[in-house]
Amino acid sequence: MNFLSLFVLIPLLMMGGLALARNMKQIRAVAAVGSSLQLLLAAVVMVLFLQERAAGNTVEMLFIADTVWYAPLNIHYTVGIDGVSAAMLLLSAIVVFAGVFASWKIDPLPREFFLWLILLSIGVFGFFISINLFTMFMFYEIALIPMYLLIGVWGSGNKTYSAMKLTLMLMGGSALLLIGILGIYFHSAADGNLTMNILEIARNNAIPHEAQYYLFPLTFVGFGVLGAMFPFHTWSPDGHASAPTAVSMLHAGVLMKLGGYGCFRVAMFLMPWAAMQLSWIFLILTGISVVYGAFSACVQKDLKYINAYSSVSHCGLVLFALLMWNTTAMTGAVLQMLSHGLMTALFFALIGMIYGRTHTRDIREMGGLMKIMPFLSVCYVIAGLASLGLPGLSGFVAEMTVFVGLFQWSDTFHRVFTIIACTSIVITAVYILRVVGKLLYGAVQDEHHRSLTDAVWFERLSAITLIVAVAAIGMAPGWISRLIGDSMSVISERILQYI
Amino acid sequence: MEYSLIILLLPMLLFFVLGIGGHKMSHRTAGLLGTGGLFVITALSYAVATQYFTQPRVEGIYPTLIPFHIEWLRFTEWLHIDLGILLDPISVMMLVVITTVSCMVHLYSLGYMHGETGFQRYYAFLSLFTFSMLGLVVATNIFQMYIFWELVGVSSYLLIGFYYTKPAAVSASKKAFIVTRFADLGFLLGILLLSYYTKTFDFAVLTSGEVSLAATTAGKTFLGISVASWAMALVFMGGAGKSAMFPLHIWLPDAMEGPTPVSALIHAATMVVAGVYLVARLFPIYVTTPEVLTMITVVGAVTALYAAVVACVQTDIKRVLAFSTISQIAFMMVALGVTTEMQGHGALGYMASMFHLFTHAMFKALLFLGAGAIIHSVHSNEMSAMGGLRKYMPFTHITFLIACLAISGIPPFSGFFSKDEILAAAFEKSAFWGIWLSLVAGLTAFYMFRLYYNIFWGEEAHHEHTPHEAPKTMTIPLMFLAAVTCVAGFIPFGHFVTAGGCSYDIHLDWTVASVSIVIALAAIALATWLYMRPNDKPARMADSMRRLHTWAYHRFYLDEVYMFVTHKIIFRRICEPIAWFDRHVVDATMNLMAALTQSASYRIRTLQSGRLQAYATVFLLGALFIAFVLLCVW
Repeated sequence: MNFLSLFVLIPLLMMGGLALARNMKQIRAVAAVGSSLQLLLAAVVMVLFLQERAAGNTVEMLFIADTVWYAPLNIHYTVGIDGVSAAMLLLSAIVVFAGVFASWKIDPLPREFFLWLILLSIGVFGFFISINLFTMFMFYEIALIPMYLLIGVWGSGNKTYSAMKLTLMLMGGSALLLIGILGIYFHSAADGNLTMNILEIARNNAIPHEAQYYLFPLTFVGFGVLGAMFPFHTWSPDGHASAPTAVSMLHAGVLMKLGGYGCFRVAMFLMPWAAMQLSWIFLILTGISVVYGAFSACVQKDLKYINAYSSVSHCGLVLFALLMWNTTAMTGAVLQMLSHGLMTALFFALIGMIYGRTHTRDIREMGGLMKIMPFLSVCYVIAGLASLGLPGLSGFVAEMTVFVGLFQWSDTFHRVFTIIACTSIVITAVYILRVVGKLLYGAVQDEHHRSLTDAVWFERLSAITLIVAVAAIGMAPGWISRLIGDSMSVISERILQYI
Repeated sequence: MEYSLIILLLPMLLFFVLGIGGHKMSHRTAGLLGTGGLFVITALSYAVATQYFTQPRVEGIYPTLIPFHIEWLRFTEWLHIDLGILLDPISVMMLVVITTVSCMVHLYSLGYMHGETGFQRYYAFLSLFTFSMLGLVVATNIFQMYIFWELVGVSSYLLIGFYYTKPAAVSASKKAFIVTRFADLGFLLGILLLSYYTKTFDFAVLTSGEVSLAATTAGKTFLGISVASWAMALVFMGGAGKSAMFPLHIWLPDAMEGPTPVSALIHAATMVVAGVYLVARLFPIYVTTPEVLTMITVVGAVTALYAAVVACVQTDIKRVLAFSTISQIAFMMVALGVTTEMQGHGALGYMASMFHLFTHAMFKALLFLGAGAIIHSVHSNEMSAMGGLRKYMPFTHITFLIACLAISGIPPFSGFFSKDEILAAAFEKSAFWGIWLSLVAGLTAFYMFRLYYNIFWGEEAHHEHTPHEAPKTMTIPLMFLAAVTCVAGFIPFGHFVTAGGCSYDIHLDWTVASVSIVIALAAIALATWLYMRPNDKPARMADSMRRLHTWAYHRFYLDEVYMFVTHKIIFRRICEPIAWFDRHVVDATMNLMAALTQSASYRIRTLQSGRLQAYATVFLLGALFIAFVLLCVW
């Protein structure tokens, strides 16, 4: 039994605890203790990982454990982590922790809500520790299903439509993915010893180029749907708008990262030749995502739509940077995943808290909130500044790493798209400051808002956790950038050998 | 000089203390904490400056010191962002300028901001700004400069929008941030291009000639212009945005919505000269791209004239000062633009530019702080609410007059010396630029004295309560800065800061100097004739040049052009159609697919009707079809 499996085990125990809990207090206690334990575990794993690396262990994946599940089909439960997965696990644990406190007062059916939320987290954690295509896909599906119920039951607005749309589009993506994964499996070894283990497939390097030509797009698009790649991003605005706070946080903060993670871990790592050959198509699509999302965000009126479109833009930059292959750009992509995860979670948490008070998300109906709820407003400004790439917060580190990486290609095609992507820093400033100006500054729009109260302790805890994480990456990015860079260079070198 | 690190860390610490714990402190504690901290770092900066400039020269130049340096973030094998402190003549000079003005502004704000809500927040933001600005000037590499460049931008945003319930302040802060952000995009692209070819961010390497941008980009052109020029022009774009050069200047006049001490510190003395500092910092590279220097000269000259003309007709005193700042910074830019070499005669402009930066910071801060005292007293920015104030505010009057004389270029005040060097450098390059700048200098004297007479002379406005002199905390900074303005001209600046680093004796070129004094005196005489006593001459003059007056008053309608481009074109023609396209084309396609599936399933559903006859018919038809296929087609 490998300690990585604790990431799956703790939530399972939490679910048991929730089933036994008799009242609201116990439900909260279980959720809080469980998510704190997970956060602790993620931190411990990170420390252990860094120690191993410091001790000179340069194997690409550490803490590997392998158990046979169903021998005839080569189905194994295989776990193991590299620097990127360690970072993603920490991100997920932070967002889940913050999400639990953000839904402290969830109503109705708190027990069921937390049950589904924790099931969702099992999927997320399981996905990041898996290094086997089968377990990966299984956890991926586990993460998707609870989403439908969480939005459909606890959501707001046009929730049944949104829940259905989100689930169907993501399921469509996973259908492509399934074909892709099966294709990879059947080409996984030249000598007939088929395997689902990612490391072994990579070592065998046996997928013929013709097969890569169609398997790469299948897997890349399959994961890309979850990463909000243009034109498969439209589930995101509706889905986020209808989802309850913690679900939006988890979804934008972590679940969308599954998409980006899958793109490089499966599609690019296993099919480097096709990644090289076909990247131009996806560069165009993701390049469009970056500016398209940003421009769309400029005219939205609903706070959640603004952040959903801004996520399209930021996640577009993740995929865009991945497709630039070099280590710097790919490291930047992962940093952007972390940074976007934290700050969008913060955004959605704050929007949820504001919505819980004003009962509107329309920026035209609000104003002057800074006077009424200073704590929430200051946090919103910080989130906004992180989003527009202020140095000292995580967004800057991520974007700059991406841009420096992008600039290492000097041919016209890459330069043009790089410059287009860079312009997003201006457009981001426009929509962020527009919201901040309308929502927080100026005169109070609605007299009823004057009687509203500022954040209470669990809301503060949720927001502060995320802000600390955003600032930590922003101020001391060296170690995490090195950690990620070491892992990404493995993938990047595999692709670059085909130049 | 390891203690120079404290100069950076202390304001950062103050920012966190005041920002996080400020709301629990009393106004008094917060104010004294902020101001006390600033006094400490000012003293430390003076110590650094003394120690730096008294150290022995190496081969005739002051050595560049790096007392502190760490690697912050590594991108590639050779590109990494470092954080450190670089001390060389210009950065040490900037340390002195920034801490002096910031310290005076902190002290002044104790009186000016007394009793304001958000007093602690104000001091927290001032500390953040001071930290960022100091980090900017001591940057060891261009990326560190960019980091702090963005941080000063955000401090400026926060301070302009300090009165966040006022819609004008909110939109001004937004405008300032977005316009400078747009310019920073150019800066960033410039940095990336520059570093791609030179493989370093480090100033020491970039400017020492170890790697030459011209050599590494040799033969590479884009649209007929060499890549080296593109990179440097893009970097200059960032500088032009921060330093409010035409046509990116539009944010600065609006930025006057912030508290007046902030305008003095950020929008007059320190942040807005960051662009000049940037060009000066990278000057060894700019020298190798003469076409970019020509561009800088042209941009600077146009800005100087434009801003001076606009300043002549504005009625809000802070706006007059804002346009005068734009115009004066443009002088510094032109001075850099006309510099053609690192040593010798052609290098005069560099020294002149830095000298003017130094003197201008002092007298412009003085002007703004004086304006603040006036606004504090009459509760209005409009000149019409002033007039005849000399009787009520003697200290403010005298110090303001000194600053006006300095900016107009009247000896022995500091502005005369530095402006004279700029004019001399311009004449050195070509008579055209020399005459151009001399005329602008004349305009400067005219609008400054128009301002002066309208405030302190002229018709006494009706006051609701008698104007009063400002409190001590406000007049002491005024007197200190006035004293500096009186003596700064005699500093042998050329011994400290020159392009190549070699000592240089400033000697006045009396032909240039006498011409400029005559022009300035004539302009002052004209202003005296028009504005000293109440009369209808200004109105008649405005009437005779009606069109020019209206256009200048509306700043040649540039803001309207920008509004048109951003709102009518970008917002209406790009953003809204994209949002519409997303909902009505992309998303509609997805919905269409769902609808098609649904309607198809409705159709197919009728096959499962439960009616036996229908099943039998389908069965029979199917059987026949298969039989047909098997028999005939196979």
